[in-house]
Amino acid sequence: MQQPLEMIILRQLASYLTIPMWMMDGAGDLIFYNEPAEELLGVQFDDVGPIRAEQLVGMWQVTDLDGGLLPDADVPVIAALTRQVAGHRTVRFQGKDGEWRAVEVTAIPIEGQGKRFLGVLATFWEVES
Amino acid sequence: MWGTRGSIASPGATTARYGGDTSAVEVTSSSGRVLFLDAGSGIRGRGDDADGMERVDVLLTHLHMDHILGLPFFKPLLDPDVEVHIWGPISTTKTLQERLARYLSPPLFPVRVRDLPGVTFHDVPPGVFELDSIEVTADLICHPGPTLGYRLEDSGAVFAYLPDHEPALCSTDFPGPPAWTSGYDLARTADLLLHDSQYTDEEYESRVGWGHSSYRHLLGFARLTGVKTLATFHHDPSHDDDTLDGMHDWLEAHADGVGVVRGRPGVVIDL
Repeated sequence: MQQPLEMIILRQLASYLTIPMWMMDGAGDLIFYNEPAEELLGVQFDDVGPIRAEQLVGMWQVTDLDGGLLPDADVPVIAALTRQVAGHRTVRFQGKDGEWRAVEVTAIPIEGQGKRFLGVLATFWEVES
Repeated sequence: MWGTRGSIASPGATTARYGGDTSAVEVTSSSGRVLFLDAGSGIRGRGDDADGMERVDVLLTHLHMDHILGLPFFKPLLDPDVEVHIWGPISTTKTLQERLARYLSPPLFPVRVRDLPGVTFHDVPPGVFELDSIEVTADLICHPGPTLGYRLEDSGAVFAYLPDHEPALCSTDFPGPPAWTSGYDLARTADLLLHDSQYTDEEYESRVGWGHSSYRHLLGFARLTGVKTLATFHHDPSHDDDTLDGMHDWLEAHADGVGVVRGRPGVVIDL
């Protein structure tokens, strides 16, 4: 099954940028993240992806800056996926390499022609914790 | 095929065999319905012989000039006794009719869209619709600006039309996985794929992102999608007949089981 063109072009763009980028389809499946994101997430995409939505839960532990658990509604990628609204937040998460990192996360819902909801694009920006 | 040239009409003695008219393809369904794919300069010639037509459907892939410049010269469009339906891509903010009106209005053209009798415009988002016995699947494909490819299915026969298409854009390993290849679902196992083949490998190197394919890309795409036969299309206006003969010779020599049709006016294919 082919991805929508908008997502194909997004993936091509993401693969050329040095900004960490993460893409989910409309069902919440993780369909791609780029090499800069691999460094933050601690694992190469080709080693783990694509990942079904139900398998994503708990794969990367995400907390607020104080280490407290975040309600789903406050996680930008989940807000963009479930409510189709843009979101931004600073969070901490543990990469697959075991490292905890603080990152700015911005997630936007991707809407194509004909108001088709196609998925979510998120960018990460590592900050001092 | 009424017009197979790309970018700009290129008439002359050196392009006589592959033709100088731009994109226009006529399709007749199993039930006799006539529709046209794109309305480049090639559609004008067919319109001269349109007596007896009661309904015509024109499916536009996109609104670049070489795909619409024949539209106002297509006689059925000006005939109040012919029901004309024009289908094509929207932008994110404008309808097909609004977008076409930028060309069909002064100073670019003396007749306005709203002055055309009996014409109905249909916005085509990605999806499926039916035209008589033909099931039409439209999907966005990789080309600058909103551009559709079409898959026509009728009585078990499948025809894919992707005249302006650059599936290799930014790919380092084309053809790659089907899931990440523009146009894959439209062309998959088609009986006939009519597809962009504008460039040589050398030309493509300096025209990445212009929205077109090389012969090598066309062959790779045809193999990936498993089509039975490919037809070349959208020939570069700088390529004369001898140049195109050479490019087609290469294609046929490397086709390895995929049928090759040299796209040129007058070609008729029965599916």
